[in-house]
Amino acid sequence: MSATDHSDPDLPTIKRPFRWHIVVFLAPAVIVYSAIMILPLIETLRLSLFNTVEGQSVFVGLGNFSTLFGDDRWAASFWNALKNNLIFFAIHMVVQNPIGVALAAMLSIPKLRFVSFYRTAIFLPTLLSFVIVGFIWKLILSPLWGVAPWMMDLVGLKALFSPWLGKPGSALIAVSLISVWQYVGIPMMLIYAALLNIPDEVIEAAECDGITGWSQFWKIKLPLILPAIGIISILTFVGNFNAFDLIYTVQGALAGPDGSTDILGTLLYRTFFGFQLQLGDRSMGATIATVMFLIILAGVSFYLFIIQRRMRRYQF
Amino acid sequence: MAKATQSPIRSGFVHLALIAYTLIALFPVFLTIINSFKAKNAIFREPMAVPTPSTFSLVGYETVLKQGDFLLYFQNSFVVTVVSIFFVLLFGAMAAFALSEYRFRGNTAMGLYLAIGIMIPIRLGTVAILQGMVAANLVNTLTALILVYTAQGLPLAIFILSEFMRTVSDDLKNAGRIDGLSEYAIFFRLVLPLVRPAMATVAVFTMIPIWNDLWFPLILAPGESTKTVTLGSQMFIGQFVTNWNAVLAALSLAIFPVLVLYVIFSRQLIRGITAGAVK
Repeated sequence: MSATDHSDPDLPTIKRPFRWHIVVFLAPAVIVYSAIMILPLIETLRLSLFNTVEGQSVFVGLGNFSTLFGDDRWAASFWNALKNNLIFFAIHMVVQNPIGVALAAMLSIPKLRFVSFYRTAIFLPTLLSFVIVGFIWKLILSPLWGVAPWMMDLVGLKALFSPWLGKPGSALIAVSLISVWQYVGIPMMLIYAALLNIPDEVIEAAECDGITGWSQFWKIKLPLILPAIGIISILTFVGNFNAFDLIYTVQGALAGPDGSTDILGTLLYRTFFGFQLQLGDRSMGATIATVMFLIILAGVSFYLFIIQRRMRRYQF
Repeated sequence: MAKATQSPIRSGFVHLALIAYTLIALFPVFLTIINSFKAKNAIFREPMAVPTPSTFSLVGYETVLKQGDFLLYFQNSFVVTVVSIFFVLLFGAMAAFALSEYRFRGNTAMGLYLAIGIMIPIRLGTVAILQGMVAANLVNTLTALILVYTAQGLPLAIFILSEFMRTVSDDLKNAGRIDGLSEYAIFFRLVLPLVRPAMATVAVFTMIPIWNDLWFPLILAPGESTKTVTLGSQMFIGQFVTNWNAVLAALSLAIFPVLVLYVIFSRQLIRGITAGAVK
């Protein structure tokens, strides 16, 4: 359909009428997606290179980034948020994935009864909004209500209870575990699907070779579900590095106590939108969003080009 | 199948572990709902007890319905979710059809371009989205939310639907072409009905993040008349934080529609996630 086709109408075999229906089919999605998602993303990246000086938007190059990393106050809150975000992600990886794998492994045992009931029940929290989940756990962990101390008393651990969400040392861990509680359904489901996809012949062959039980899980099943674990890890990574709602609901926009639960999402919100006495700063907001974009891009590229290429896939 | 049967002791332990985790998953929801029906002193005295005639009270729900405009919030959430899903499905299916059916220059590039949004969250563009919405005078309208959620849902919808559309038989479509159907008729009358199960899966996947989102309502539509349920309950609870009856009732009201939908659609959803693996 290049210009030459149209300039030479005597060759009907080459000429094909322009297929307008392709344009019609693609246009609505491409327009909405480009206008609301891609262009604002590019515009945000562009804005990070500008700042307002005396009411005028001025190109400042990497000036905003040098403020973010150079200015003591900015750098302190940024590195704090990044560190907390990494801890947040690490807790997800070491708690959520093993629990997800364990639940999936149990659910995929053949001829186990009530599987669909367990599956449905365990997946329920994933559907609730962060607002609901955040407040429920805030109430449960509140020393005022006393549900958590009462339950720990049942197992004789009442002395260990403390208002975890209110202490700088434990608040981040508590919030991360709440998030794990909510999201464990996703790894469980994806790994469950991967386990069910393993053909019976493979398992039978393993059994003929005398590999059963635990060693069967470690030697046969785990290598086969590694791609699923890879996908879950990258989904968790992207989700964690733009998380916001849960922290905002449980700890407020200041991500207290004392900034100990501040992650990049809450930092972006406060910077861009302003909070209490602090005024919103569009340029610095765009700068933080750009850094988040680069972090997520780095993670996704690392997964796509390094992990996924090296991962061995088995065809049955 | 020549498979060693599970010993009863081992499957007993498995059930024990699964029941334990099921309790952990359901307990907080259960606790919230039973306590929302109790009088204030019963909430504190016996948080674990189910409401009895002497402790039963609807005072929390009365406060919520009097103070917060929850019916309006539900209506807003409903409108935003349904309209966004409609556009995601319609535009997504059209684009997926174009990508999977026709060979044209730039097909792969277009597919990759549309897939960027699966991995890069739309939130990162918020600064410019807000700017654009202010310029278009759309702040504090449901339209702003619908536009954002449509854009957010499209990448995954196109990806899933084009996978499914590749499985629709070419013979059928070519038979349609010989019968003189236009490409539009082939899409709307032959292909769409065949991918209906995939559309239902995409609808469920699209619905959950839209219904639960707090970020965009907070930034684009925080006005009283456009609050969604998620934002409305967030703000309501923030104000009434010491009124435990009201907080618990507001939470239960926010859980309720999700619970009902889940009971109806859980099979569809789980089948979608496990994509044909469930034997």
